Amino acid sequence: MADTTAQNGSEPWGPKPRKRFSRKNIMLYGTLLMVSIYYALPLYVMIVTSLKGMPEIRMGNVFGPPMEITFEPWVKAWAEACTGINCDGLSRGFWNSVRILVPSVILSIAVASVNGYALANWKFKGADVFFTILILGAFIPYQVMIYPIVILLRELGLYGGLWGLVLVHTIFGMPILTLLFRNYFTAMPEELFKAARVDGAGFWGIYFRIMLPMSLPIFVVAMILQVTGIWNDFLFGVIYTKPDLYPMTVQLNNIVNSVQGVKEYNVNMAATLLTGLVPLVIYFASGKLFVRGIAAGAVKG
Amino acid sequence: MGYTSENLAEIAIDTPQTLAEPSVRIKNLDLNFGSVKVLQNLNLDVGKGEFLVLLGSSGCGKSTLLNCIAGLLDVSGGQIFINGKNVTWSEPSERGIGMVFQSYALYPQMTVEGNLSFGLKNARIPKEEIAKRVARAAEILQIEPLLKRKPSALSGGQRQRVAIGRALVRDVDVFLFDEPLSNLDAKLRADLRVEIKRLHNQLDNTMIYVTHDQVEAMTLADRIAIMKGGKIQQLAAPGEIYNRPVNKYVAGFIGSPSMNFLQGNIQTGDTDVFLSGDVSIPLAGYAFDGLGRSPGKAWLGIRPEHILTGAEAEAAPFNTQAVIEIVEPMGSDTLVWTQLAGERIRIRMDGQSDVREGDTITIGFHAERVSLFDEATENRI
Repeated sequence: MADTTAQNGSEPWGPKPRKRFSRKNIMLYGTLLMVSIYYALPLYVMIVTSLKGMPEIRMGNVFGPPMEITFEPWVKAWAEACTGINCDGLSRGFWNSVRILVPSVILSIAVASVNGYALANWKFKGADVFFTILILGAFIPYQVMIYPIVILLRELGLYGGLWGLVLVHTIFGMPILTLLFRNYFTAMPEELFKAARVDGAGFWGIYFRIMLPMSLPIFVVAMILQVTGIWNDFLFGVIYTKPDLYPMTVQLNNIVNSVQGVKEYNVNMAATLLTGLVPLVIYFASGKLFVRGIAAGAVKG
Repeated sequence: MGYTSENLAEIAIDTPQTLAEPSVRIKNLDLNFGSVKVLQNLNLDVGKGEFLVLLGSSGCGKSTLLNCIAGLLDVSGGQIFINGKNVTWSEPSERGIGMVFQSYALYPQMTVEGNLSFGLKNARIPKEEIAKRVARAAEILQIEPLLKRKPSALSGGQRQRVAIGRALVRDVDVFLFDEPLSNLDAKLRADLRVEIKRLHNQLDNTMIYVTHDQVEAMTLADRIAIMKGGKIQQLAAPGEIYNRPVNKYVAGFIGSPSMNFLQGNIQTGDTDVFLSGDVSIPLAGYAFDGLGRSPGKAWLGIRPEHILTGAEAEAAPFNTQAVIEIVEPMGSDTLVWTQLAGERIRIRMDGQSDVREGDTITIGFHAERVSLFDEATENRI
């Protein structure tokens, strides 16, 4: 049809032309641009500053690109910066954080997914009460629980160690993760669960053979939530561990807020960027799955 | 209306297969969801090799009953026996049942073969035996070429075959079907229906089949249990249910288009008649004996296909003139709407008849085709 009209030549054809610089477009893209700059500018300043030497920083041009690129501050932040008596930089904090992060994430997700599965599929007596109590836990302010947990950990002999902190992270991740998993498993077809029961699969059989293979997206979501949450944690880290075992965030604070000597802005910027790298990498590596998992939970849950 | 032990015995005589040890026996079953009583004091015997259909509209408790038999719901009271064994508190897998679900419920991450063998692996059956059973089931259901595929690569009909296969490999005596054909399109449904019937003839298993489709119920069942409000209204062979419905609900539920009902009075005397408005219908030859103790006010039910027209109607003991309001041609039949005693009624006529809206025709019927129901209890008179 379009061809015949074109051959006619008398009438205009094709898609309706759109004005590129309509008022609506200028407003839309203008706003987007402003917001983008607002968010991107601090990151830009940090990167630029971290690549400058101290003499250049003293000249004051915060927004200017480095005249002479140097990686010295990065090396110093990672391996040489001093906190207290230790002068091995952020690397110590990084490895501490990793040693806290890995068991916390694995443990909290393992327990929460089984919790969610049990709450969604095995309606035991008092399940609703249990769930309500668990969710209530998400609304109690952390500050209220800090000191009781100190006592608890002390009695358990875990106070000041990494495993104590792992336990704290696992418990505090429980309400939101359980909710997440419960909603996801509830949205799965119930008949699948019934069929597996008729086929003789038990509690763990159904969990490992039927539910787990079907719920990769929600595991990725839970992993991202936990990794970023635990990596960025400062409060629990500073309270429940001791200086040798401080996680990266606490150590970063100690470097940046150090009152002795000259403030080395470039080292501080590099240290901050290094600390933020892990959540950033996780986001970029699994962003697609993250969105998919969140959406799946939202629509069906 | 409730199902008493009295008419249980009666039915057992009607259908010889229930005389033997029943395959599934349900005694005084109760099920409550919180304060809602879904099933109340329900009794049911299903004979060995019998095809029983649980039929009813949604919310009548038919699927709930099936889930109780399967062990997927904990009962609140009563007992369930399968092959003489009390399985009321047994795990679903220990009951000797296979189940087919409406949504197929195939495990999406497993191949067809994996789906078929999952239950057998759980039961720790030796590998050779599993292979043998899977091969046999695949052959019976003609799904051999699909064994290596994932469920997502199958059509709806193929998926339901695999789901049936999953029950088949378990080598059980009792099959439970939970609306297995509801998700399929009309043509496929008819095909698979025949296939299920063939399967039943071939395997001779006990089958309990839940549906809300009366065509499925009529065509497949040895006996139909019509349920409403958690109770079995009538349990009988399809023909029996069609010809001798025990109450108005059953009469209206079975048959398509459904039965016409007229409200009126029964007058007994020298000649029994049913009076409705200015219409008087003679009841001589009424198929059931109950007129003597009739309460007076009643419903008269007559199926659309039992209303005669033309010369046949004139020969019938009751006939009258009626004006056609609407004609619905359906090919094989023509459905005609008209009025009788102020009630709108349907008549099923031959598809070749050339009646038109506004025509006046003679309609009539025989009293032996009529069902009468007490107006208060709605039970058949």
